Amino acid sequence: MDLFYMTAHELHGKLTAGEISAGELCRAFLDRLGSVEERLQAFITVTEEMALKQAGEVDKRIAAGEKLPPLAGIPIAVKDNMCLDGVRTTCASKILYNFVPPYSATVVEKIKAAGMVILGKTNMDEFAMGSSTENSGFQITSNPWDTERVPGGSSGGSAVSVAAGETVLALGSDTGGSIRQPASLCGVVGMKPTYGAVSRYGLVAFASSLDQIGPFARDVADCAQLLNVITGHDPLDSTSAPGEKTDYTAFLNRDIKGLKVGVPREYMGEGIDPGVRKEIEEALKVLSSLGADIEEATLPHSRYAIPVYYLIATAEASSNLARYDGVKYGLRDEDAQDIVDMYMKSRSRGFGTEVKRRIMLGTYALSAGYYDAYYLKALKARTLIKQDFDRALDRFDVLVCPTSPGTAFRKGEKTDDPLQMYLSDITTISVNLAGIPGISVPAGFSGGLPVGMQIMGRPFDEGTLIRVAHAFEGSAGHRGRFPSL
Amino acid sequence: MAQYEAVIGLEVHVELKTNSKIFCPSSTGFGGDPNTHVCPVCLGLPGVLPVLNKDVLEYAIKVGLALNCGIAEFSKFDRKNYYYPDLPKNYQISQYDLPIAEHGYLDIRVEDSEKRVGITRVHMEEDAGKLVHQGNISTTPYSLVDYNRTGVPLVEIVSEPDLRTPEEARAYLEKMKAIIQYTGVSDCKMEEGSLRCDANISIRPVGSEKLGVKTEIKNMNSFKALQRALHYETERQTEVLEEGGRIVQETRTWDEARGITLSMRSKEQAHDYRYFPDPDLVPMVIDREWVKRVKAALPELPDQRKARYVSDYGLSDYDAAVITSTKELADYFEACLKEYSNAKAVGNWVMGDLSRLLNAGGVEITQCRIRPGQLAEMLVLMDKGTISGKIAKAVFEDMFETGRDPGEIISEKGLVQISDEGEIGAVVDDVLAANPKVVDDFRAGKDKALGFLVGQVMKVTRGKANPEMVNKMLKDRIK
Repeated sequence: MDLFYMTAHELHGKLTAGEISAGELCRAFLDRLGSVEERLQAFITVTEEMALKQAGEVDKRIAAGEKLPPLAGIPIAVKDNMCLDGVRTTCASKILYNFVPPYSATVVEKIKAAGMVILGKTNMDEFAMGSSTENSGFQITSNPWDTERVPGGSSGGSAVSVAAGETVLALGSDTGGSIRQPASLCGVVGMKPTYGAVSRYGLVAFASSLDQIGPFARDVADCAQLLNVITGHDPLDSTSAPGEKTDYTAFLNRDIKGLKVGVPREYMGEGIDPGVRKEIEEALKVLSSLGADIEEATLPHSRYAIPVYYLIATAEASSNLARYDGVKYGLRDEDAQDIVDMYMKSRSRGFGTEVKRRIMLGTYALSAGYYDAYYLKALKARTLIKQDFDRALDRFDVLVCPTSPGTAFRKGEKTDDPLQMYLSDITTISVNLAGIPGISVPAGFSGGLPVGMQIMGRPFDEGTLIRVAHAFEGSAGHRGRFPSL
Repeated sequence: MAQYEAVIGLEVHVELKTNSKIFCPSSTGFGGDPNTHVCPVCLGLPGVLPVLNKDVLEYAIKVGLALNCGIAEFSKFDRKNYYYPDLPKNYQISQYDLPIAEHGYLDIRVEDSEKRVGITRVHMEEDAGKLVHQGNISTTPYSLVDYNRTGVPLVEIVSEPDLRTPEEARAYLEKMKAIIQYTGVSDCKMEEGSLRCDANISIRPVGSEKLGVKTEIKNMNSFKALQRALHYETERQTEVLEEGGRIVQETRTWDEARGITLSMRSKEQAHDYRYFPDPDLVPMVIDREWVKRVKAALPELPDQRKARYVSDYGLSDYDAAVITSTKELADYFEACLKEYSNAKAVGNWVMGDLSRLLNAGGVEITQCRIRPGQLAEMLVLMDKGTISGKIAKAVFEDMFETGRDPGEIISEKGLVQISDEGEIGAVVDDVLAANPKVVDDFRAGKDKALGFLVGQVMKVTRGKANPEMVNKMLKDRIK
């Protein structure tokens, strides 16, 4: 098998056995990246020099006879909304085209400390607003299974980089499905951990109460390993959960006999592509064959999820994105006549259409006289949605549904219809509103395009998600198929 | 013509002197080079998050308790959204509907009447930075921004509209400053901006319960400016109404040089701040036991100290109020008392000569060159008769200028009082012999004549003769 489609645990074996050096591994991935990137456009910035240096350090540790941590020397890509000290961090926005942060995000510090080799920063929908990575201010990323199609989004670059063998692992961020949906559309594993499980410090905020960083991986074992690295309390993030660290690899290779699986009827009915539904029904049979009890569940307030999300997320975004004004960093219109003119021209030129749309929506929702009718009401509905999950997860250990209602769509197909685009996240958005964890695992193909299954669980019960996903992956037989590039 | 009264409420901002800023570890030090007390968090760089400095919460609770407020059981931070270049995130983290403290009061005294002024709320927020213009703001070709002050913790204290005169407003602000200084959470220096004040003012016919349209006055940088601005605004509003006009709800700025208020923006131009709970900060559940501990550890406040001075030292209400009006003065007073027990005597010197010299020289009590122990020493020398009261005044002025010990000044200048009967007697005899007519006048009943004779003795002894002895000896010998 090609080196670049191997998993982190396989490559770890090769590194420790001395079959390959970290430097050679890094070089191999950089070469692979170079050969496919023109077609895929997954990266905004490739940090070749830094990567080779980090790999060299790992080789020194190997030479010194050190026992190598599981992910040391393993290449990783980072979504371009996480700060990396000294490297341009753009959020795929023209307004930050030249922004070089003087500090690194906590997750970046953690992957560095784990000895991982950072290959670069990946493309995304501008400020993570979108479901196709077409809203990037710089480039459009292609789905490696069909380059005429989108990879999903907003973490499309990260999903593609893993799916296409440009890297082994990647970090994304998920505000309404931005890890799980592209993972599904690209045929890789992607997880949104519980809100508060991974520090947001250094993640450029879109919607602070919903944003969460999570892993992309080729398989569930790699996902668990990366989750081990990035989770844990961070004193720099007030919303980061306190408590002991969990070893998620302990949940691998466990059976799921007697596990109660609920299938929310709201996520299996209307709007779900028949091909996708068929694959998920097959997946449920696999789970059943492994001893899980499958029953229908209900999340009655699901139909409010999209409007609630688009009020809360846009309201927070309108405030979070106010700082991009041309005063301190980023794009500044130099022809402006005064400060207000500078604000307006810099922001008009710097932000793309979707970002402007959401800033306006959010500003409106928070305005005097509308706050109670929109924002406050949305917060109340969010509580109802959360209570739906609480009730369902009292009864069931996990909930299962399609990650996305369809497979990868054609570029341009939904760009003129934002509402249609928003519906791409219908099965993922509630998970962010409820703050619970969700994972997408490959569950077959429909029309030659990957289908993903979403598993949702109780807050901070990522372990059970890993357990179910790993058991499923081991029996479903969807591994071993790679895009031909 | 109707008689009008003013209805005034104050919004006071106080910078808390915690070591680090409200949401990051940067220094709160005043006066550093521009943009040296900053970090990614207070600069609001993309991706950063605020973490509340627990000292800020404790200080704010102290302020709330010192102002007799109830401390919230549940409190949170909100974002106040508006664009200004001194605000790097273009929103200020503040508190909107669940402030840390509410429903308090403080007592003021104007002339001879006491008044209780309600405190609506106390809330925490972050300060903004400072813009540096090249000359005038409207003509400057560019402006620089200094973010050192950005994120310095503030409490905003809002009063009820209970104040009726500029004098009451000033007394309120002075009392506020004293109370907060006593708690030790702020320097309250108006000149450095660590104490700032805006005023809301309207007028209405005396006897009316209905509130008039108010204006908000900003940019008053001293107690005097507050008082002047409110006088001006009262008169301005009265004139508008007298002429049949209407007061416009607006924000006005005090122009110190011209002594007038000027319109800044009207209600229509007012910001919609779009407050909403800050999702980056978790709500605070305030531990009752902690509040109890903070309350128990609260230092003595001005009113308590004043009461103690009256009951323990026998000072008059007035004297006690003057001495406790600032913590520094009261601390100085008490330091003297550690070495000299006659509180009334110390009080008289502190309120009299010391305050006079401080005011004349524009010197703060904390910068005073006379150490409390030196004042005590001088008082002991007076009691022993080493110097007279009159000499003491001269010695005290020297001490104020030079900071030298009174003993040193007295011996260097030869100011020790003459209490030797023989020495004084000889001078008295000479004076009596030289002024027979005056002696006759005194015998004839002219009491004033004695004063002249005393003066003559003092002149010869260069003021050093013990005045009581001189008096007695003159009278004895003339009889």
